[in-house]
Amino acid sequence: MKILVCISKTPDTTAKIAFTDNNTKFDTAGVQWIINPNDEYYALVRAIELKEADASAVIHLVNVGGAESDAIIRKALALGGDEAIRVNAENLDSFGIASQIAHVAKENGYDLIFLGKETIDYNGSSVGGMVAELLDLPYISLATKFELNGTTATVTREIEGGEEICEVQLPVVVSCNKGMAEQRIPNMRGIMAARTKPLKVVEPVAADALTEIETFALPPAKAGVKLVEPDNVQELVRLLHEEAKVI
Amino acid sequence: MSVLIFIDINEEGTVKKTSLEALTYGSKLAQQLSVPAEGVVLAPVTEDLAALGKYGVTTIHQVQQEALKHFDAQAYSSAIAQVAEKTGATVLVFSNNTDGKALAPRLSARLKAGLVSGAVALPEAGAGFTVKKSVFSGKAFANIKINTPVKIITLNPNAFPVEPGEGAANVVPAEVSVSAPKVKVVSVNRQTADVPLAEAERVVSGGRGMKGPENWGILEDLAAALNAALACSRPVADAHWRPHNEHVGQTGGAIAPNLYVAVGISGAIQHLAGVNRSKVIVVINKDPEAPFFKAADYGIVGDLFEVVPKLTEAIKQFKS
Repeated sequence: MKILVCISKTPDTTAKIAFTDNNTKFDTAGVQWIINPNDEYYALVRAIELKEADASAVIHLVNVGGAESDAIIRKALALGGDEAIRVNAENLDSFGIASQIAHVAKENGYDLIFLGKETIDYNGSSVGGMVAELLDLPYISLATKFELNGTTATVTREIEGGEEICEVQLPVVVSCNKGMAEQRIPNMRGIMAARTKPLKVVEPVAADALTEIETFALPPAKAGVKLVEPDNVQELVRLLHEEAKVI
Repeated sequence: MSVLIFIDINEEGTVKKTSLEALTYGSKLAQQLSVPAEGVVLAPVTEDLAALGKYGVTTIHQVQQEALKHFDAQAYSSAIAQVAEKTGATVLVFSNNTDGKALAPRLSARLKAGLVSGAVALPEAGAGFTVKKSVFSGKAFANIKINTPVKIITLNPNAFPVEPGEGAANVVPAEVSVSAPKVKVVSVNRQTADVPLAEAERVVSGGRGMKGPENWGILEDLAAALNAALACSRPVADAHWRPHNEHVGQTGGAIAPNLYVAVGISGAIQHLAGVNRSKVIVVINKDPEAPFFKAADYGIVGDLFEVVPKLTEAIKQFKS
């Protein structure tokens, strides 16, 4: 079984969010980069678990980005990926990224394509569905459980107020959500092994940019908390009704 | 030319609240563009569809096929694409809910239509077509220009108010050709009969300060008094005090209710990333240094086990 896990490079959760060039570019000064948590904790770790259950399974990683992605790719290899492909392209929109991933997938042929439910920077939840459409494959989004029996996958996916259990034949594209797996820490053996695992850099294929970011903006600053005494909860109710108008 | 709005249906055949928001949003956009607003519905409906005209749609295209009985992103997007092409839709609007997140990207790739997901405002349609969305987990906004003739927007839940007016829609049958779904739905488990978390206008959430799952009763009472959905922080879900689907935060669900009441949650940055789009945040915590107070609009520094029952009673009294 061949599994492709899509990993994205995102700013660390605690990174300061600021913009440059007249608010048209994200300010990367001092930013620490990480594997997008949804890609790492859920998609990659579940793929590793599947490999642990089937020794013949192979995990390929794909990232669309510049050379500065190599550090996070090596970390993903240290966690348990077998080899990686970096498509050497930056600043693509979701469709551009999906087009590169779909091309890599077509070239190599995978039974399973996993990715996180969204990236924590652009919060698009878009790439998985686009990849599935470009490959004409079924797509299950927001998966919280994934079990495999031969070539049949049983997948639990989040729906509003509950969950849905589905069955699908491989190959399939799945976006992974909390519940799929638990975060792992790379061990020294994995880190050493990752240094020699293949990381292939390929040039991008042509893809149209369907959208472009014009400007960024920060939300207005909060006015500050209004504290209410714990023995005067009626005052909080009054404020929520009269001032905030939410009850 | 038209704006085509996807009408998403609950298991019991009723229209999702998020679809009413999308209908209102799409109709306002259609007005702005001077084109008709139309709806498309694929699942069986128990409601009077014509009545959705009060949200501004003039025509609703109803597809009724066995192959579309259960949600399948591939079959659904194929059907919507056919309706969009037949009606000459130039803008497609979805809610950014679980179904919209699966459908809109597929349609974007299929129709080569630029997609902005998670919009929080109507587009600036004057010079170009620029849509504002929340990025960096609610810590910033981006204005994104769509460059393609056909455009797709998904609207964040609770980002746009439902505004019913007058009128009835013309409901017309639509014929499409779809293959049998490749994803077979085995079962649907509703974990709550109440308002789904993502759609809830009010949310009550508990953290480690609750000390254990056995204490959740006081939060359930508060949620019931406020007609709110229940949520929790990541450590609570990880400790299996509450189900994963209640976890809100960066790696859980992102929500944007009108009122978010955080009880016994310190307010780690990862938690804030999932809830910072809430319009009003109330924090109840005994630690006055809890970082959540910096993001809150209202706060009570006190023992939650004393404060929460008193607050529940005060809300009940206020309502009566």
